[in-house]
Amino acid sequence: MGEPLLRLQNITKRFPGVVANDSVSLEVYPGEVLALLGENGAGKSTLISILYGLYRPDEGEIFIEGRPVKIASPLDALRLGIGLVPQHPTLVGRHTVAENLALGIGTPLLPARRIVPLIERIAQGYGLHIDPKAPVHQLSPGEKQRVEIVRALLRGAKVLILDEPTSVLTPQEAEALFQVMRELKAAGKSLIFISHKLEEVLAIADRCTVLRRGRVVSSLPTPEASKTKLAQMMVGRSVSFERKRANPQMGEVLLRVEDLQVRSGRNLPALRGVSFELCAGEILGIAGVAGNGQSELVEVLAGLRKMEGGMVRLAGQPLVANPARLFAQGVAHIPEDRIHMGTVPSMSVAENLALRTFHQAPFARGFLSNPAAYAANAEARVKEYAVATPSIHTPSRLLSGGNIQKVILARELAGQPRLILAVHPTYGLDIGATEQVHRVLLEKTYQGAGVLLVSEDLEELLSLSDRIAVLYQGRLRGPYPVGQISREQVGLLMTGGEA
Amino acid sequence: MRLEPLANPSRYRVLGVTLAALGVAFVLVGGLFAAYGLHPLEAYRAMLSGTLLDAKGWQEILRRSIPLLLIGVGLTLAFRTQFFNIGAEGQMLVGAVWAAGVALFVPLPPWLSLPGMVLAGALGGALWCLVAAWLKSRLSVNEILTTLMLNYVAQSLVIFLINGPWKGRDARGYIYSDRFAEYQQLAALPGTNVHWPTLLLGVLLALFLQLMLTRTTLGFQMRVVGENPGAARYLGIPGGRVILWVALITGGLAGLAGVGEIAGIHHRLIEPGQLSSGYGFTAIIVAWLARGNPALVLLTAPLMGLILAGGDLLKVSLNMPFRIVDVFSGVMLMCLIASEVFVRNRVRWGR
Amino acid sequence: MEEILNALARALSFGTPLLIACLGAILNERVGVVNLGVEGMMALGALAGFALAFGSGVGDGNLWLAVLAAMLAGALAALVHGFVTITLRANQFVSGLALTMLGLGAAGLLGKRFEGQPLFNQPPEWPFTLGAIGLALLLAFVFYATKIGLSLRSVGENPAAADLLGINVLGVRYAAVAVGGALAGLAGAYLSLVYRPSWTDGMTAGLGWIAVALVIFVGWSPLRAIFGAVFFGLLYYLQFRLQGQSGVPSEVFASLPYLLVILVLALSGLRGQQGNAPEALGKPYRRGER
Repeated sequence: MGEPLLRLQNITKRFPGVVANDSVSLEVYPGEVLALLGENGAGKSTLISILYGLYRPDEGEIFIEGRPVKIASPLDALRLGIGLVPQHPTLVGRHTVAENLALGIGTPLLPARRIVPLIERIAQGYGLHIDPKAPVHQLSPGEKQRVEIVRALLRGAKVLILDEPTSVLTPQEAEALFQVMRELKAAGKSLIFISHKLEEVLAIADRCTVLRRGRVVSSLPTPEASKTKLAQMMVGRSVSFERKRANPQMGEVLLRVEDLQVRSGRNLPALRGVSFELCAGEILGIAGVAGNGQSELVEVLAGLRKMEGGMVRLAGQPLVANPARLFAQGVAHIPEDRIHMGTVPSMSVAENLALRTFHQAPFARGFLSNPAAYAANAEARVKEYAVATPSIHTPSRLLSGGNIQKVILARELAGQPRLILAVHPTYGLDIGATEQVHRVLLEKTYQGAGVLLVSEDLEELLSLSDRIAVLYQGRLRGPYPVGQISREQVGLLMTGGEA
Repeated sequence: MRLEPLANPSRYRVLGVTLAALGVAFVLVGGLFAAYGLHPLEAYRAMLSGTLLDAKGWQEILRRSIPLLLIGVGLTLAFRTQFFNIGAEGQMLVGAVWAAGVALFVPLPPWLSLPGMVLAGALGGALWCLVAAWLKSRLSVNEILTTLMLNYVAQSLVIFLINGPWKGRDARGYIYSDRFAEYQQLAALPGTNVHWPTLLLGVLLALFLQLMLTRTTLGFQMRVVGENPGAARYLGIPGGRVILWVALITGGLAGLAGVGEIAGIHHRLIEPGQLSSGYGFTAIIVAWLARGNPALVLLTAPLMGLILAGGDLLKVSLNMPFRIVDVFSGVMLMCLIASEVFVRNRVRWGR
Repeated sequence: MEEILNALARALSFGTPLLIACLGAILNERVGVVNLGVEGMMALGALAGFALAFGSGVGDGNLWLAVLAAMLAGALAALVHGFVTITLRANQFVSGLALTMLGLGAAGLLGKRFEGQPLFNQPPEWPFTLGAIGLALLLAFVFYATKIGLSLRSVGENPAAADLLGINVLGVRYAAVAVGGALAGLAGAYLSLVYRPSWTDGMTAGLGWIAVALVIFVGWSPLRAIFGAVFFGLLYYLQFRLQGQSGVPSEVFASLPYLLVILVLALSGLRGQQGNAPEALGKPYRRGER
């Protein structure tokens, strides 16, 4: 196959207490797609950061076309022909596509205007459709990703690293991305594709390298790989891909939403006549690409946003737009943003566990707080949910993401809620914590709670939900019973197509 | 040099870094003394010997600590809820105006006059501050700018009053109002200017607010609003209303400080520059040093009181401008916030 | 007609220091750094300019040296703010406040010997006024039509993105803060050398704060800053003209600009102007944090 375009040899990176990369070696050849697989915390991000000049390795060497190189900064990486398409776009939202692309490489005068012909040439060459004059904040996640790819190509990237590129895409958009990747491959570029979606890896990659706990577990050509084999290598044990949901015992209608209309923070219509019902004991999954009205729907149901029109009834009563009173009525809210909403990072675990109930007995006697009650409550919850914390007095900011989420669950689900609003409840959590979150949500439905599950992870939605509905541009399609809709159909609905 | 974040800095670390920052500040101010043409050690000696080593000096420190204590306690609370009230100076002046208005023009029975002045002063300061808080919570207008602008307006207001409608009958050369009656004056420790009822009130309020912050549901709400406004919204805690409460408390305390100055020391409404000597700004350092704990103001207020008294000495004995106090405040505040990074991080040398 | 033109000319000259300081503040905030120390830097600039013009005798050549000294003083003071907020990542609002106290205090202390000393050679106002307007045009051009401007704006909107593409975020911020400080110093020098050729403690009289507020009102736009400055200049002119003529006490006029700032800020809030602020305004940048 000739010489690899990029070769890593025995890369080791240590952080206080962890070896993030332990003697990692890999290589990628021109015209090849290498898939890099691994769980959260397996060392993928560290490796990318090293390749992109954000971290320096403690040991090991990097070769480009056989020459040893030092990558001290992202700029070095770009100069050496390494381009990164990050998971979360690093674009200036208020600037146009052309302004974003001209940043750092444009002409001294009128940089944004002069770069347009260059953009168009690359865009046409690889089938990447973008409008150079569009402001970036108006673009969809898929379009932003294309801007990032064009950026890397504009700077002469020979190696492209795609960091979980499909996590924000619908299956159809992902297919379009794969088409672009094939074009790039044909043009002799090397691609490193990072993902944990095994079907996609099998569909696009030429070779797979699996990382676990900072080490390369295996590196094999795709034809020799299978889904089960890869999953086993990633997790280190066998994994089942079965539906987690037992048959639900559906109760009566708990939540009835009729013709709901809501405006967004920018005062644009965010929900345009949404109607559905949610029964006790049911999990209703809401799918959709971010920004199609999911946040607004949850905010209305949690009492955080006013409705413009329509009606919401909770157990037959009109919904009160007050988060504190809704919680008292049994509406639990596991918010998307754990740090800026779900907890007060500087407060102790005990105080965070009492955020909802600090004004009631036994936490308060009149207007005086009762520290003993905080402590007793915290001890019990920490034990029940196995929160790993040095003490109940530790500020919650010192906890890991999974443990912060456990604190939120423990607090929100403490009083036998009737309706649980769960937004991306497992985002960024490791497998153990994810399983615990799923188990707890399922348990609550067996006890009669209804769950509205908003997620971008189709696997999660399909394995937990009883019915799935899709939000697209503020309109709701469905709900459909899970058995009667396929993954591909959900994907089509997410982009406004017909199922 | 590398910085390694510390998860939970110890109290000793906080104290050590803070003291070091103050030490650096005093060295830097010493440099300015030198630039002015005064030996730094000479200046510090003059400041200390005239205050700490002198009975009269102690009175001066104490007298100046009273407004710093009252305002500082309020500002601690305000900073804790992310309400950057820079207008205590103006709130203090307006408090003095309202109290003087009651003293001069409201016919109250003598035993009620002083309590009336105190209440009116607190109310005046509170309402003055409320303007900025209301604009912040309703229109998200930056409170630093509004409270500061209101300082200038308050100054103009005082000058207008004592130069116009409230001008004293015996005022010649300087402008001031009529003198308050005997029963409208606060009691002072014998032979001093230390109006002890205000001092006592300040001490009690510092302790009371400390308890409120840590041991009541309102204090819990204030901490949530200050430390994570997003969480406050999520929980349904009315952040806007909490900030209005905080504004009332911090403005009211500044107003009380104003009452103390005119009813305890000057016994009439006088020019802004003489009435306050920058207590509202100096109290910012008092509050910053206390790191969000009202009770700690009991320690930090006398420290800044010492600097104010020392600055006064330099003015009188060495004919220096009183601006030296602003230099102290500015340098100390700058050093304190710069030192924050060393509280939260450990410094490591080498790669 | 002549009256109106005259009023406008006076308004421009009253508005000149405001415009210069405001442009400096706009430059700062466009790269994401709030500097509330404008008032203090103006005072230092006013003193440094005056001290040099006074100390070096009176001559035309030295006037520009004095202006240069003022700008240098402003820039040095701003770099203190820069070090504390950019390198040590301290709270920008509090640091600016400290800088104001420090600037006012140091200027008052060191300037005492110049109090009440007049400067005989008063330079003309128009070069400064024209220069300020030219500067506004230049700044607008740089922001929207050059590569440097694109980098500046990107650093204020999304420093992490700019950093990834090889823009030296901290360097850009330091440079902008220094230039912003130099402009504040220049605004101060205009007061002590041109507008009222003398030094008095507190001569900045809140102009620096008004400049900071103006930034919000004009929506971070250098061109609109011209109109904002003329508007406030007109107010100062009216205050000057009507003082003593009407029955209204002078204190009312004295407090007008400050009341107007509050009104203007409230109006900006009503229009949701804060939404136009650079995305990363007030946030320290640290690599690897989003």
